[in-house]
Amino acid sequence: MQFAPHTDDDVQEMLAACGRSSIEDLYAHLPPDVVLGRDLDLAEGLSELALTREMRELAARNRNADGYVCFAGGGAYDHYVPAVVWAMAGRSEFYTSYTPYQPELSQGVLQALFEYQSMICELTGLEVSNASLYDGATALVEAVHMAVAATGRRRILLSEAADPRFWEALRTYGRGAGYEPEPIPAAGGVSEATEVRDDVAAVVVQHPNVFGNLEPASALFESAHAADARAIQIFDPLSVGTLAPPGELGADIAVAEGQVLGNHLNYGGPYLGIVAARMADVRRMPGRIVGETVDVDGRSGYVLTLQAREQHIRREKATSNICTNQTLMAVAATVYLAWLGPAGLAELARQCHAKAAYAADALDALPGVELAFPGVPFFKEFALRTTREALDVQRDVLDQGYLVGPIVPHEGRPALLVSVTERRNRDEIDGLVDAMKTAAAS
Amino acid sequence: MTGAPVRRDGPPLPSTLSALSRPGRRAYSLPELDVPDAPVPPEHARATPPALPEVGERDIVRHFTRLSQINYGIDTGFYPLGSCSMKYNPKMAEAVASYPGFARLHPHQPEDSVQGALELLYRLERALCEITGMARATLQPPAGASGELTGLLIMRAYHAKQGKPRSKIVIPDSAHGTNPASVTLAGYRVVQVPSDARGLVDLGQLAKIVDEDVAGLMLTNPNTLGLFEEEIVGIAEAMHRVGALLYYDGANLNAIIGRVRPGDMGFDIVHMNTHKTFATPHGGGGPGAGPVAVSAALEPFLPAPVVAFDPDAGRYSWDADRPDSIGRVHGFHGNFGILVRAFAYVFAHGRDGLKAVGERAVLNANYLAQAVAEAYPPAFEGRPMHEFVATASGLKKHGIRAMDVAKRLIDLGFHPSTVYFPLIVEEAMMIEPTETESRETLDAFAAAMLQAAREAVEDPDLLHDAPRSTPVGRLDEARAARELKLRW
Repeated sequence: MQFAPHTDDDVQEMLAACGRSSIEDLYAHLPPDVVLGRDLDLAEGLSELALTREMRELAARNRNADGYVCFAGGGAYDHYVPAVVWAMAGRSEFYTSYTPYQPELSQGVLQALFEYQSMICELTGLEVSNASLYDGATALVEAVHMAVAATGRRRILLSEAADPRFWEALRTYGRGAGYEPEPIPAAGGVSEATEVRDDVAAVVVQHPNVFGNLEPASALFESAHAADARAIQIFDPLSVGTLAPPGELGADIAVAEGQVLGNHLNYGGPYLGIVAARMADVRRMPGRIVGETVDVDGRSGYVLTLQAREQHIRREKATSNICTNQTLMAVAATVYLAWLGPAGLAELARQCHAKAAYAADALDALPGVELAFPGVPFFKEFALRTTREALDVQRDVLDQGYLVGPIVPHEGRPALLVSVTERRNRDEIDGLVDAMKTAAAS
Repeated sequence: MTGAPVRRDGPPLPSTLSALSRPGRRAYSLPELDVPDAPVPPEHARATPPALPEVGERDIVRHFTRLSQINYGIDTGFYPLGSCSMKYNPKMAEAVASYPGFARLHPHQPEDSVQGALELLYRLERALCEITGMARATLQPPAGASGELTGLLIMRAYHAKQGKPRSKIVIPDSAHGTNPASVTLAGYRVVQVPSDARGLVDLGQLAKIVDEDVAGLMLTNPNTLGLFEEEIVGIAEAMHRVGALLYYDGANLNAIIGRVRPGDMGFDIVHMNTHKTFATPHGGGGPGAGPVAVSAALEPFLPAPVVAFDPDAGRYSWDADRPDSIGRVHGFHGNFGILVRAFAYVFAHGRDGLKAVGERAVLNANYLAQAVAEAYPPAFEGRPMHEFVATASGLKKHGIRAMDVAKRLIDLGFHPSTVYFPLIVEEAMMIEPTETESRETLDAFAAAMLQAAREAVEDPDLLHDAPRSTPVGRLDEARAARELKLRW
């Protein structure tokens, strides 16, 4: 396949216009010792028909969430994506555009991002959102960098009940930026009250946490504020349809994995990194921010603003190195949130919680299965202990058509996560319970 | 600027969704709850619902359709943003990425249930290593800048393992802003090396800067002026002599694909931008993907996990047991959906097709450079590769800046080039046509640029007042930053 439109005549005439005798002549100034003297060791190109046949075969070697009932979570969830979301975000005027450096030609994406920022502020109860980051884990890293810059300190306290992937990402980036996250214990499946000294930059709590449990977030954030540290909450953007939002709990910075806002599972990406903060930290925000302004004739319009924070202006002094972010996923999230509206968001969150509670009760009653944290309230995800090896239980349940997981260690023992979205119905939950009964007993 | 309002042909901007909102109007539908209701504990409950807009689905569709209509994309027209490689995004890549066998995979699925996905990642990694002349690659970084930081963290881990941590990274003065920003995040200090009169790295200056405290040099080749660093072998030797590493910023890989490989030039680390070289759509600012390929010596430091293949069992798996790994750089496996598109692009083109991509890109840039040179001479004498930097400084005496030309091009039906970058060129206009544009498009664009240059003399207000054909004219960016209005 080839998308360059040149005819042989075009090539000859264009070369002549440039004063070049051949294609090779265009490269005549390259040092010969760096030129590859052979073809790349790749197959020959394919027609579209042949390529799509091969891609279909690859896709068919995967078992996808249309072929099993998805109760898996751990940061990615099988929420329903209404048709309107990608009918709109998938319009090629959006997806084939570049970062809106020429605002007059990019008002569409700029206005969509302004609306995205507005809705994220509503969800979080905070004052300012940026226009997206890569994903939840890297959004947390950026939030921690904001806290380090704001406080001039480098100690980071992170709950042991935060997703291990967040721990791993913070450790990776901390090696460059000069911090190492330290644990807030969570022996009972929720973070414990902890002493925050005045050398701490940030207290980070995931609420609901990796086990799905609801955290005493306000109390932890109060102790952060008593030490003038930043309070950072990792939240679930759909949970705030029923749970108090980060701003109300006292979080200064809220970050999230925004996959749940209208994005497909995509085997882990592209997803959406959400970050929101208070206005006091606006100049420490990473990445693109859209602002409303006026044009030469006084008409309202939108531009990328506060660019003096960014890498293309500030270079080595920038707040972040973000250039390309996840704009298209933010546009999808905007469409999705408009589709839900306040009533839809509340109903969706209510259904997730009620269905998860129903599933948890039924699973807890099975022999060989128990809730890992009995009596601890959760949102849409909960953790199980199984008498049988969790990995074997997970495999046998999948053989029967149900995906649960991931398996997350807690205090040296595996906890098997089960999450329930609005997409699951009572029959499917009952089916999971039956499958688990067989798997846990065998 | 002229005082009187300029007539605009475009209709005004649509209202915001917030302005369309009416209490009680809704778009969503959900099935009835079929299990007992179970409210969250009151101490955790939200008191007031978020004030999301209340609109119907038809409102949403008209709103976003209208927004899309006032947004310029590659599918709308020519997009010659230098340094961004805005080439046509094949529809077949969009189609295959939407197969449920890719789009509906949960990232925590067991390996045996995702063998097709793992094979795709493994084969893409092998192809990217062949294209770059490297040993292994990570596909985790979700964008080019993320790839840069990943590469620098690998560099850092390598030097630490050698027992010789270093503190400085050398960067040319023409480099992208992400380079120095990534350097700081990796805990290094930036040392800038100037360009010489040819627009290439000044070897004499480089020799003065390089010592055993330098961890590495970040270089784009062809560089951001569109010129090939012809002394690259000497540069690589100078770096390696002091134990420093050479980092290839793959922003301009499109120019040399299939013809020159970074590994053969002496580079140790390479990042690629899939939205540039492999035509994955840029999405108005992402999602991208920034795979990083490294030499054999650096393989142990790659982010974990990487895909492993057991040829005896014919089975793919995630290899997370990598003790020297820098760790995870993304929450899951990177922007998989984008990598599917890149795979489709690479294997659709194959060895001949990829080489032709670079050739046509270079041909188009050379052709366009000579077509506009009379009014916009090249900033440097050297032979352009896939892009060129011209200067509009000749129009300054008429009170016309590069930005005025850019805005006039909008009224003449084109997306402008990159302007004022690289920072070292006065009134820079950085133009990258890419291989997917026809000669007719290039001729029309060149004619528009020359027309703007004539108008600069004959009717400069056409340029000062531009653009007129858009829903808004030039926007007050200073006011946007001063009177922050960042939400409804």
